[in-house]
Amino acid sequence: MTVISLRVNGEQVRADTEPGTPLLTVLRNNLGLKAAKFGCGQSSCGACTVWVDGRPIYSCDFPVEVVGDSEIRTLESLGTESEPHPLQQAFLDGQVGQCGYCLPGIIMRAAAFLRDHPAPRRADVAEALDPNLCRCGSHQRIIDAVLRAGRAGAP
Amino acid sequence: MNRSASLAANPLISSWLAVQEDGTVILRVGKVELGQGIHTALTQIATRELGLPPGKLVVAPVSTAGSPDEGFTAGSLSTQVSGAAVRAACATARRLFIEAAAAKAGVPASSLSVIDGDIRTPEGEIVGSYGSLAGQVDLGFEAAEPSQETDGSAQPDLQRLDLPDKIFGRPRFIQDLELPGMLHARVIRPPLLRAVLRDIPADARMRLAPSVQVVRDGDFLAVLSEREEAAAAAADGLSQRVIWEPAEELPDQSRLAAWLRAQPSETSVLANERKDGRERDETLVRASYSRGLLAHASIATSCALARFDGRLLEVWSHTQGIYPLRDAIAGAFGMDRSDVVVRHVEGAGCYGHNPADDAAFDAALLARRTEGRPVRVLWDRAAELGSGPLASAMTADVSAGIGADGSVSNWTYDVWSNGYTSRPGYAGNPGLLANGYRHGGRPLPASVDPSWEAGLGSGRNAVPAYTFGSAFVATHRVRSMPIRTSAIRSLGAHFNVFAIESFMDELAAAAGADPLAFRLALLDDERARAVISAAAEGAGWGQRREAVAARADTGLGLGYARYKNAGAYCAAVAEVEATESVRVRRIVVAVDVGHVVNMDGVRNQIEGGAVQAVSWTLKEQVRFGLDGITSLNWETYPVLRFSETPHVDVVVINRPGLPVAGAGECVAGPVAGAIANGLFAAIGVRVRTLPLTAENVVQAIG
Repeated sequence: MTVISLRVNGEQVRADTEPGTPLLTVLRNNLGLKAAKFGCGQSSCGACTVWVDGRPIYSCDFPVEVVGDSEIRTLESLGTESEPHPLQQAFLDGQVGQCGYCLPGIIMRAAAFLRDHPAPRRADVAEALDPNLCRCGSHQRIIDAVLRAGRAGAP
Repeated sequence: MNRSASLAANPLISSWLAVQEDGTVILRVGKVELGQGIHTALTQIATRELGLPPGKLVVAPVSTAGSPDEGFTAGSLSTQVSGAAVRAACATARRLFIEAAAAKAGVPASSLSVIDGDIRTPEGEIVGSYGSLAGQVDLGFEAAEPSQETDGSAQPDLQRLDLPDKIFGRPRFIQDLELPGMLHARVIRPPLLRAVLRDIPADARMRLAPSVQVVRDGDFLAVLSEREEAAAAAADGLSQRVIWEPAEELPDQSRLAAWLRAQPSETSVLANERKDGRERDETLVRASYSRGLLAHASIATSCALARFDGRLLEVWSHTQGIYPLRDAIAGAFGMDRSDVVVRHVEGAGCYGHNPADDAAFDAALLARRTEGRPVRVLWDRAAELGSGPLASAMTADVSAGIGADGSVSNWTYDVWSNGYTSRPGYAGNPGLLANGYRHGGRPLPASVDPSWEAGLGSGRNAVPAYTFGSAFVATHRVRSMPIRTSAIRSLGAHFNVFAIESFMDELAAAAGADPLAFRLALLDDERARAVISAAAEGAGWGQRREAVAARADTGLGLGYARYKNAGAYCAAVAEVEATESVRVRRIVVAVDVGHVVNMDGVRNQIEGGAVQAVSWTLKEQVRFGLDGITSLNWETYPVLRFSETPHVDVVVINRPGLPVAGAGECVAGPVAGAIANGLFAAIGVRVRTLPLTAENVVQAIG
C-alpha cells in the first residue's frame, strides 16, 4: 500500500492505495466522493468524467499515480443547491434526466465545454457530448439545458 | 381494471399511509423508482387527494420490511394501478380525518375541507389538522375507491423529487451505498449461459494477491477483497485463465431467423378469423421481418449488497420487484421468507429485466459465507451486456389480401420468439443466474410469456388495431433457450409494431394509397385517429412530405399502435435520411395516455422512449459466435450518441377524467415503424431486418 497525495476540489488530500488503481476508485472509495460513477471501466461511456487541470477525462481507467500535481475537480465542487452552477440550474429548470446516472459525467464535460466555447451552436454541443452516453434518451433535454446555460453566461 | 390489483392485495389504509404528529405524512408504496419519476407522480396524486403541500409528504424507502406488496414495477402500469391504490387510501384517510375533526368541533363533516393539511370550516376556521389528529384516527380500515372519477382540473407538475441529488452529485444510487466492514466482490462469468467450470489453473490462483479470497460453489466463481481495486484486478486475472467448457452451442447469428423457426415451439393463437378463398379483385401481399437480440445496456452495471447474521438475510437491490426477489432468494436457499428482507435502492435505468436480481443473488450467496460481513457485488460491463437477460430475437411472416378499394382481408401474422419473461419466480424457478451454477441449484428453464391479462410477451401488440375483413395471429414461443431472454421495455411490441406498420405501408403501396389516408380508412377508434392526425399534422404530412421526398435520400414515415391494444395510443412520424448510414432527423410523437397526472413526466417518458427506440431500431443487436456472446462493450454494442439524436416533438392529448394509462413503453413500436417507413420513403428500398444498419440496407437492395 502506498500513500498518494492528491489535489482534489481545492484541497490537498492523501489516499492509501496501490499504483495502477483507477482515479475513480480512489475518488469514490478513499475520498468518499461518489458523484463520478463507474459505467464501463473502459473509457467509453463517460459516467466517470472528472476534470484534471480543467480538462474532462475518463477517470475509470486513469491510473491514480499519473495525476501527480494536477488539480482534480469533481461535480461535488461545481455548485451547491444554494449556489448552483448555471448548468446545474439549467438542468433543474429543464427537469433534465431520467435515471440521472450519467448526469455527473455529462455536467462535468459540458461545464468544461461551455467555459471554452461560450454561446455554442446546437450541433457543437451535441458533438462535444459524444464521449458520454445516456441510455434513458434524455439527450434532447441535456442539449437544451447546455444551450440555456450558455446563453445565461455559464463560466 | 375495475379494482386496483395493488389495493386488492393491500386493502388497509395503514398499509399505505402513516400520519405523524408534526403533520408529515409517510407514503408507503411497493413500486420502485427506476428513473421514470414514479415516486414524484405518486406524491402528486397523494398530496392532491389529501389536501397537503408536497413538502409535507415523504415517500418511505421501499422494502419488504414495511412496504405494500405491489409485485413488479413493470408494464407501464404503476401510475394506473399504484396510483389508484394511493388515491383510494388518501381519499379515505382524508374522510376519516375530516370526520374526526367534525366530531370534535360538533359540525357536520360535509361542511369541512382540507387545505394545506389543515381542516377548515367554510368560514376558514381551523378545526383540526392531520398532525393534531394523528394519534386519534385509526387507519386500520379498508380504503374505499373514490366514487367520482379523477378530478380533471389542471394542477401544476410537481418537480422530480430525485433529480436534485443527481444533479448535485449526492450519493443516492445503490452503487454509492457502503456498509460498515463490507467486502467487495466480483464474479467470474462463463462466456455463455450453459457452461461448466472445468479448471482453475494453479498459476491463476498463485497470481492472486494474498488478501483476495476465492469463492467457488459448483460452477459459480467469485473473488472477495477488502479493497475494490484488488477484487477487480483478481477477477480480471482469473477470467483470462479459468477454463470453461460450453455445455451447448449458440446458433449461427447469420441464420438466426431460420433457427427460431426450426425450434420446437409453443403456439398461441391470438386472433382466429380465417376466411376461405380470396375476393376476385384482391392482390396477395406477403413479407417476412426479423430483429436480433437487444440488450438493456443500462448505463450503470448491476450492483447489490447483502448481509447475513446467521438468521436474517438482508439484501439491498435495484430490483423491479422486492417481494418476488425476496421469495426467489428464500426459495433458492430453502429459507423462511420472513428471514429475508429486500430493500430497494435506486440504480440506473433498467428498461426491463436486467441483471439487478442476479446481482442481488450473487451478493446473498456470498454473504452467507462471510460470517456476518456485508458483501457488495458489482458486475462488470461485459457481464452487464452479455450475462444478464436479453430481449429475444424475433421473426414474423405476414400476408394479406388488398382489394382495389383499399380493403384488407385474410391478414395472417405468425411470429417466432423466445419468451419475454424469466423474472424471479418464473416457471416455478427462482430465476436467478448464479442459482443455475451453484452446487445444488437449479438451472434456468426457457423463458415464458406473460398472460393475455398481463399484456402478453412475444404476442404483445401482435394483433393489429385495424379493421380488416379477417385476421389470424399466432405466436410461436421457442422452447430452447441457448441465450437467456426476458423482459425489455415494451416486450414484443417493438418488433411486432415494426412488422405490422411496415407491412401496412407495403399494403398502402400495393393499393396506391397514401399511408396516412390508408390507415385512417381502417380505424374506427376516434382516439386512434386523433393521435395519428396529430402526429401527421405536427410533422407537416402532405406538404412537408412532398418537400422532404423531393430531397434525395430523405423521407417521412408513419407508425401507430395502441400499447397492449388496451393502453396508451401513440403515433409517430419520423424524418429519415439515408446516405452512408441511416439517420433520424426528427420525430413527432402524438400520445394519448388518458388522464395526465404529471404532464412533464409524460413528456419525459415519451422523449426518452422515442430516443431509445431510435437506438434499438438503427443500431442495436447482440452479437455472438458459436461459443459465446461477443458484443461485450460499447464499441461492439453501440447505442445512440448525442450527435445522432433526433429532435423529438411530443404532442400530448390529455383526456381529463378518463382512466390513466402508462407512458413508459407505448412509443417504441410506433417509432420503429415510422423509421422503417421513412427509410422506404427516402430510398425506395424496403428493409425488413432490424437494425437498419448500412449492412442490412445493402442486403435489402442486393
